[in-house]
Amino acid sequence: MFPLNESGMLSGLLCGILFGYALENAGFGSPVKLNAQFKLSDWAVFKVMFTAIVVAAVGLWLLRLVGLMKPDSIAVPQAALMASAVGGALVGAGFAVGGYCPGTSVVGLFSGRLDALVFIVGVVLGTTGFAVFYGAALKSLKAAWLIAEGDTFTDVYGTPEPVVLAVLGLALVAVFYFGSWFERRGTGTITAEQAVEGAR
Amino acid sequence: MRLPGRHAGFSRLIDNEIGARQRQRFGHRKENIVSASEKQGNPKIKPFWSPLAAGIALGLVLLLTFVLSGHGLGASGAATDMVAGVGLKLAPEATKANGYLGPMVADGSPMGSWMTWEILGVAIGALVAAFMAGRFRVQFDGSRSIGTPARLISTLAGGVMAGFGARIAGGCTSGLGLSGAAALGISAFVFLALFFATGMIVSRLVKGV
Repeated sequence: MFPLNESGMLSGLLCGILFGYALENAGFGSPVKLNAQFKLSDWAVFKVMFTAIVVAAVGLWLLRLVGLMKPDSIAVPQAALMASAVGGALVGAGFAVGGYCPGTSVVGLFSGRLDALVFIVGVVLGTTGFAVFYGAALKSLKAAWLIAEGDTFTDVYGTPEPVVLAVLGLALVAVFYFGSWFERRGTGTITAEQAVEGAR
Repeated sequence: MRLPGRHAGFSRLIDNEIGARQRQRFGHRKENIVSASEKQGNPKIKPFWSPLAAGIALGLVLLLTFVLSGHGLGASGAATDMVAGVGLKLAPEATKANGYLGPMVADGSPMGSWMTWEILGVAIGALVAAFMAGRFRVQFDGSRSIGTPARLISTLAGGVMAGFGARIAGGCTSGLGLSGAAALGISAFVFLALFFATGMIVSRLVKGV
């Protein structure tokens, strides 16, 4: 019965290697490719992320349906809406300014980009700064707009899980449809050659 | 007055001209294709996976991670573990007394946690993928577009914002946005909406790369 709750070195290394391999092949080591999403000229970030979310979410649902996975056995982030909103805005701003997010900066560095190393130094500094300034203000920010009833749409609003999955599926189709529409009208998606050549 | 002969001749002339033009254009286009591929022409650089293929692969990796570990993928958590672990070595008293890091080091150093091994794996996986596809190239990306000093500042500032923001949210794009959304967490969708909205606005105000 899944999950195995295997939190050792081998499990971490295996998942990480596959994660890094997939991210690099998606083109997510390149700040040019990543930032093109915000300029709406290359929708790879939206397309890849939404596809991955739907594949994993449907997979988890199917595993529970056939009884291979225990219900309520996987980690769901706490529904702290203020913290998610403020944190999401800051990570988005950092992504737009720096060209990476914490995970893709590791992919950037290990595809040879030294600017990604500086970004990682920044992430460590930002994390340290948060710990240093952690007090009443940050605590109340993390506790604001906390939904007490639960963490998922099913728990809080009683929405059946297949309905949530269907909405996600429709959003995925919309992302591919509108994304490709924007890509055809824009300056074109970023090819591997352009990414390797670097920002110009 | 109808002049079928001349008309036919005229139209044949036009046909020929169009035909010649088309042939010329076709030939020209063909030439372009050849020269473009020769110019782009590093056959060692393999193209990226299509977004659909990459998304399915990433989704299956995420599913495997949930099945193996009971939680999703992440990145900023490894930075937190590292800061706590290094802090415990360099300034043990201050780290234990810190309101955020203290509880994390209560049971010893978080170095060697699942998340730190996972991020080491990300580095290995990315390195292998980049090398295999001929996409590994040492560079300071962005120094040609905005200059090295400006790029140094933008990438450092971006990292600080992302690092600080990830601690407020309790995760970053992968940990909260990707994994939290696959677990159908409400906060993940709030995170993603604000992440993309702010990113789109800021990228229009600041040229970071």
